[in-house]
Amino acid sequence: MSAVLEITEIRKSFSTGFIPRRKDILKGISLSVGEGEIYGYLGPNGAGKTTTIKCVLGLIFPNAGKIMLFGRDHLDRRAKENLGFLPENPYFYDYLTGREFLDFYGQLFSIPRSERAAATSRLLKLVDMDRAADLPLRKYSRGMLQRIGLAQALINSPALVILDEPLGGLDPLGRKEIRDLILRLRDEGKTVFLSSHILQDIEMICDRVAIIVSGRILSQGRLSDLVSETVLFTEITVSGVAESDLAALGESLSTQAGRTLLKVCDEPNIEAVLALVRAQNGKVHSLIPRTRTLEDIFVDMVKPQ
Amino acid sequence: MTVTVIARNTFKEAVRDRVLYLLLFFAAVSILFARVLALLTVGDRVKIIEDVGLASISFFGALMAILIGTGLVYKEIEKRTIYTLLAKPIRRHEFLLGKFLGLVLTLAVLLAAMSLIFLGLVLAHTGRIEWGLLVAVVMIFFELILITAVAILFSSFSTPILSSLFALAFYLIGHFSWSLETLLKKIPAGATRTILRFLYTLLPDLENFNLKAEVVHHLPIAGAQLLYSAAYGLVYAAFILGLAIVIFRRRDFI
Repeated sequence: MSAVLEITEIRKSFSTGFIPRRKDILKGISLSVGEGEIYGYLGPNGAGKTTTIKCVLGLIFPNAGKIMLFGRDHLDRRAKENLGFLPENPYFYDYLTGREFLDFYGQLFSIPRSERAAATSRLLKLVDMDRAADLPLRKYSRGMLQRIGLAQALINSPALVILDEPLGGLDPLGRKEIRDLILRLRDEGKTVFLSSHILQDIEMICDRVAIIVSGRILSQGRLSDLVSETVLFTEITVSGVAESDLAALGESLSTQAGRTLLKVCDEPNIEAVLALVRAQNGKVHSLIPRTRTLEDIFVDMVKPQ
Repeated sequence: MTVTVIARNTFKEAVRDRVLYLLLFFAAVSILFARVLALLTVGDRVKIIEDVGLASISFFGALMAILIGTGLVYKEIEKRTIYTLLAKPIRRHEFLLGKFLGLVLTLAVLLAAMSLIFLGLVLAHTGRIEWGLLVAVVMIFFELILITAVAILFSSFSTPILSSLFALAFYLIGHFSWSLETLLKKIPAGATRTILRFLYTLLPDLENFNLKAEVVHHLPIAGAQLLYSAAYGLVYAAFILGLAIVIFRRRDFI
């Protein structure tokens, strides 16, 4: 798998204020995104996610480090030919209609007029915005801007799509649609790099993730490696069993309407509980093994900072 | 070509901005006001109409260049539209040049509209179309090209209000710097004179583009002078744009 985006040790600091004070935003970020994967860039607000993305796009210049896109320098015009980008809280030319807007960006890629019209219509349909195609963007809601923004990111059918908080500001239905769309992009062979501070977004669709906290990458790798498969404990809900018999086997978390929720840590105890239920003619309502979630990892990592 | 695509979009942006029509309305009022002034004047009324009309075109043209020009680049940064734009295969100088050319095109159209009103008014008074007046308008156009470059230079690193003030200062200084030349002739050689000469060379001289008196009074205009003024405007504008590009090229868009 060749690297589509390769970031090596980039650093960036800003000087702000009347008496300038140096503030380090990125403290040596390195990551590599392979072809055809969905790469999640996860971190709390202010961790440096957007700053990293802006460095990749050439909107800001890192103080040190190297960024390669498709094996070329990231500022190379040819590298950008294959790039799509959706910013956080997108805002576009409000005097253009949705169709004009997409057409304008298509022109920047020197796409011929006839192809442009076809691509514009196809994308408008893809993001479900064809009904608002001839409305000026100033009349668009936030969710609509997000959709048209995604459409402009795809106008050149890029090999790499960079999405900054793509699910922000969307309702649950919209989030699902955009998620499905991102998965579809991967199925088409595109690489997707997306940032988010919402774990569920990443957990559901990303192949690999990097976790960034205060300008440093704390962990990166396959989601399955980060989220360990080992079972931490098992939750069993039973009824029709004497509670005093269960106490020895696990911790009783709650009892409601005759049902007992039991937290069982040792694996042999699970069998013992089941045997007990059978012996007393009780009933098992549920049995859920709990593994470590990305959220657990995330909370563990952010805490010491 | 990328520059023309951005220029076309900039033109679209300016044309769809209501401020433009407000300015055009006031420009028209100002040009037509010359008719009222003429009534109050003893002497050649047509000359008053022509003089005030051309002054209105020059002033409102400059105002349009400054008010639209200073907002153009700043708005892109402020509203973050520049993020998606620069993520496309565009070099930063192409963006700046596109903005510049788009505004120059807008100003050309506006000047044409104002000239139409102006020539119409003169026609109503003299019964003929005074094509000679357009020579002055063309020179105003060269002046506006320079002012646009200045407006874009300031707006590439400053806020619209400050940029407007700077650009307005440039306009005023440019129209009064000729007095330095007069002063130069009157003071003896020495350090002061050297400094003044340096200042006079550096500061813009926008009176180069002022041919109002000549066209109104039908004075002969040397072709060489027109050529010189046009070249002066273009070279100065190119220098200012170069400066803007240098500043803009390494800027971080936070």
